[in-house]
Amino acid sequence: MATPVVTGTAAGGDARGRARHDRAAKSGPLSRHWYAWAMVLPVVVVTLVLVGYPLVRGVALSLTDATEANMGRTIGVNVIPSTYEFIGLKNYTGALASDEFRGRFIWTIIWTICCVGLHYLLGLGLAMMLNRPMRFRAIYRVFLVLPWAVPSFVSIFIWRYLLNGEFGVINGMLRDVGLPAIGWLDDPTMAKISVIAINVWLGVPFMMLAILGGLQAIPGELYEAAEMDGASAFQRFRHITLPGLRPVSSTVVLLGTIWTFNQFAVIWLATQGGPGGETNILVTEAYRLAFQGIRDYAKSASWGILILIILSVMAVVYRRALRRHGEVW
Amino acid sequence: MRNRRPIGKSIALHAGLTVASIIALFPIAWLLLTSLKSRDAWQSATVKWFDNPNIDNFTFVLGHTKFLRWLLNTVIVAGATTVIGVLLAATTGYAVSRFRFPGYRSIMWMLLITQMFPVAILIVPLYNLMSALGLVNTFPALITCYLTTAVPFCAWMLKGYFDTIPTTIDEAGRVDGLSPFGTFWRLALPLARPGLAVAGFYAFITAWAEVAYSTAFMTGDESYTLAVGMQTFVSQFRAEWGYMTAAAVLIAIPAAIVFLLVQRNLVTGLTSGATKS
Repeated sequence: MATPVVTGTAAGGDARGRARHDRAAKSGPLSRHWYAWAMVLPVVVVTLVLVGYPLVRGVALSLTDATEANMGRTIGVNVIPSTYEFIGLKNYTGALASDEFRGRFIWTIIWTICCVGLHYLLGLGLAMMLNRPMRFRAIYRVFLVLPWAVPSFVSIFIWRYLLNGEFGVINGMLRDVGLPAIGWLDDPTMAKISVIAINVWLGVPFMMLAILGGLQAIPGELYEAAEMDGASAFQRFRHITLPGLRPVSSTVVLLGTIWTFNQFAVIWLATQGGPGGETNILVTEAYRLAFQGIRDYAKSASWGILILIILSVMAVVYRRALRRHGEVW
Repeated sequence: MRNRRPIGKSIALHAGLTVASIIALFPIAWLLLTSLKSRDAWQSATVKWFDNPNIDNFTFVLGHTKFLRWLLNTVIVAGATTVIGVLLAATTGYAVSRFRFPGYRSIMWMLLITQMFPVAILIVPLYNLMSALGLVNTFPALITCYLTTAVPFCAWMLKGYFDTIPTTIDEAGRVDGLSPFGTFWRLALPLARPGLAVAGFYAFITAWAEVAYSTAFMTGDESYTLAVGMQTFVSQFRAEWGYMTAAAVLIAIPAAIVFLLVQRNLVTGLTSGATKS
């Protein structure tokens, strides 16, 4: 529940422990490290004020029953005090026991795995195609990067129009070849497929370019040597390409997972979570709780913190896995 | 790899890339075509590539909507976020790239964890805070919110960039009598200019495409950013895809041109920390 807070204090203790250790060495840690500390100070201060303070308030809020109705506010000259109360962990136990949370959670996991998996596979495939000497390579590259070049909110609007049930061009084309139109954004299952498709379309170029950069960093001699030793194309891919891509892959997959898990814009602008809230992932649902209907600030805050815990656990597991392969920071 | 490919493989390669290119290009092409049709032409159940091409949608969007105002708002907010974010993050990126100091690991964790913050976790406390301060519906509120993601992200990226600058340069500076700050200011920072630009560019595009904070915080159509304002073209009650597509083209074309010019640096900027062990 208080993962980041715990991380903070644990890390603080860690630093203090090491500082004590350093003092046993020759010069005091302050005189040796003060410039490093001074340099990180701006970010630490900004983070504590802008992230730490709201986070603490968020945690506090999640332990209450605060809604729009009992939140203190100022109307004209009248100051209405807050009347919400502390209710302990009820929001958390309530969320974890509810079908609502479980449903959103499962869909969020499916969404994240499908999106990141497809981003990576398609990005890898296209990068390997682009990484060969051939004609028109530069042109293909520009074409394939375009979905990333257009601002994402613009692209999402375009897709909403393309997928429009009545007037969308995709259904128009289906009708032209005699197939029935599909309710891309109106049917829960199709809407889920559609939002994944939109997000994949948006995200592949970035993966492709990142992997292409990784591929170009693999020395060509490795392939030549392997070919000389009679390694097949698949063996070269398995034993040179994939290990060579590891540093890039591990970074982009971690970033991609976090971004996708927290992807607000695609869902919100494409379907507003609909139909019937079926495409809401955890983040958009938490947002909806806080800003639509009767604003349930406390419930929304508790969902937000649950999301952060899930992501933190994921990052820790992921980092452990990387460390086992000898990559650390 | 130098030997010639068999012709069949070559065809497969070009076919694959052509299909992928069509999928990448089609939505953008259709956007352009729709924006050039007349206002209500989008309500056509049959597929028409061209339909009496004209620029009425563009003149309407520029002349009779708040589009230009929204564009200005977006540029102000995203620009301020970028400048402040990069300025605050630069020294930290350098410090975590160069020095191993007590607290190093906690700083790295802090930078990573803050990037994982879902928008849902901070938005309610920030909203309540801003409304208590009377700042809802103002630019400073939005800029403050964007800094919560821009600052850690820029610091993270700049660390990656500083990692690629050889430490021998710093050492030479130190030998010549520069303080750590002098080394940073006179040697590392000028060399890191491309990295600063990339981090800034990311901060900018993240801020200018942001939806959640701007939708919740900005309430008057004078203060909308583009991502909020354009939602009003296709609300539940009124769909104006003609105007929407024209506005989209007006944003997408300059953005795409700038983007394509700098994109080579963008990816190396983000993964350089990873490719260098």
